[in-house]
Amino acid sequence: MASVATDYTNQVVYTDEVADFSPEIVEEMRAHLVKYPADRKRSALIPLLFVVQRERGYIDNEGVNFLAKFLDLEVTDVWETATFYSMFNMRPVGKYHIQVCKTLSCRILGEPEITGHICDRLGIKPGETTEDGLFTVTRVECLGSCGTAPMMQIGFDYHEDLTIEKVDRLLDTLKAGK
Amino acid sequence: MEIKAIGCEPLQLKMMHVKDGHTLKVYEDHGGYKSLKKAMNMSSDDIINEVKASALRGRGGAGFPTGMKWSFVPRDSPKPKYIVCNADESEPGTFKDRYLLERDPHALIEGMLIGAFALGVETCYIYYRGEYNYLIDIMDKAIEEARAANLVGRNILGTDFSCEIYTHTGAGAYICGEETALLSSLEGFRGHPRMKPPFPAIEGVYACPTVVNNVETLTSVPQIIEMGGIAWRDLGTEKSGGTKLWSVSGHVKKPGVYELPMGYSDMEKFIMEDCGGMLRDDKKLKAVIPGGSSVYIMNADQIIGKNVTLDYEGLVEGGSMVGSGGFIVMDETVDVVDSTKNLTEFYRHESCGWCTPCREGTDWLVKIFNRVADGGGRPEDAQLLLDICDNIEGKSFCPLGDAAAWPIQSAVKRFPEDFKKHLFQNTGI
Repeated sequence: MASVATDYTNQVVYTDEVADFSPEIVEEMRAHLVKYPADRKRSALIPLLFVVQRERGYIDNEGVNFLAKFLDLEVTDVWETATFYSMFNMRPVGKYHIQVCKTLSCRILGEPEITGHICDRLGIKPGETTEDGLFTVTRVECLGSCGTAPMMQIGFDYHEDLTIEKVDRLLDTLKAGK
Repeated sequence: MEIKAIGCEPLQLKMMHVKDGHTLKVYEDHGGYKSLKKAMNMSSDDIINEVKASALRGRGGAGFPTGMKWSFVPRDSPKPKYIVCNADESEPGTFKDRYLLERDPHALIEGMLIGAFALGVETCYIYYRGEYNYLIDIMDKAIEEARAANLVGRNILGTDFSCEIYTHTGAGAYICGEETALLSSLEGFRGHPRMKPPFPAIEGVYACPTVVNNVETLTSVPQIIEMGGIAWRDLGTEKSGGTKLWSVSGHVKKPGVYELPMGYSDMEKFIMEDCGGMLRDDKKLKAVIPGGSSVYIMNADQIIGKNVTLDYEGLVEGGSMVGSGGFIVMDETVDVVDSTKNLTEFYRHESCGWCTPCREGTDWLVKIFNRVADGGGRPEDAQLLLDICDNIEGKSFCPLGDAAAWPIQSAVKRFPEDFKKHLFQNTGI
């Protein structure tokens, strides 16, 4: 391990270690490169950051080092892009990342009650993760599902026309590990 | 949620309720790819002229004439040219493209191919907002189907025309709906907007000529080629051609995606009858944001009995804008100070940080709204908000700053009672 420092996210941010991915994952990453001109590999950065996040749980230093090598970029180039986009998590999140849409249509149709109920049930505040590492709750901006407000996204899945009962059923199912 | 056409035959929504409408076979059974074949027997000029004649304007929000945008692309450029579809649908209140992408992906492919054929483009990208991840799989399958049928790839339908279409994902940044920020993002950078000129038509992605069009804009193109530009335009009005999708959310009984002919009359009937009226019968209409969160908010007096027509000119006359066509309907339970605060938080979160007026301005606006919400409102706050808006509007690098200012400026002016309630609460007046 090289020198160690922490950034504003309290993550250990400097190591020279490079993440190791299985040949299948590396192949998946390579498949993205086909879409862009050979001298424009950086275009694949955002799609590949999603692969790193899926495989490692969040955007970690080792994963970033891997992408820098893979795309012939500086490590700082990768961080620069990664930290701009709100879907990239700079620290671990729960197995189920509950993202409740907080923007206007959802707000006026009951988002505050939905968020309040989820947080009460899980015993956490928005932005926190449950102790068992199962759930993180975040309030996010408009998810483009205003006609079926209130709504939330868990991982990549949309859950729409939410009611307290629907949220309860959903949390029960996820807690039961189904 | 409703998905239906009112006052016209469904064009944009033709495949919405057709079983397996997202598959190539069913799309072709409903006349799909006929327009592409027709276009491939036309000259570039003829195709662009049809699009110009249709009076089609960009459906993402800015409303720029599509045919004119296409005609800016240099014919004799030695560089490769690109079409980039803007599927970064992020404007609060807007969700129409999502259903086009989910249920009618081939219409987008066909529209892109017609554009590519007309402009000499060999590579197209579809830039999705990251949250629409599930739609990318649907499109990738559709592209593969089209490739297998020789509609995408090398030597399309046995001709010299070759064109690849690729999907690409963003990762949660509203600013990437701005076309130059989208191009920065497509190149793997932070989503910062770029200076214009040069416009994307001259130097877009990879500094090559690029057309950036919204999903609904491109899915309109096959209809225009099929019907002819003038006939398509005449579905609407002379200046606002064709039909358009409106996303409706908030306090109505039947929220949804509605296709209306441009010039539809009128806004009150649309909300009170077509969308089922107010969600709760005992609550009155208070406010409507008709074009996505970035346009002027309208009060009930501007709508009821005012015969506001739904097209580019009618909504400007009525006191707002078409924008992206995202209606947010609010009843009398909504406190407009709270709803404006909510949208201002959105713009602060989504400001990319590139230019000072927008980055600092939106932050100050939220700070003031927070103080007001915490009971610390002062009578001079309304003017303070307007002063800050004045320092953002027209002084920011890209239109996000204007979009943050307009909701506040219109809310202060059109809902003075709500502001008075909060700002004079400590004065005893």
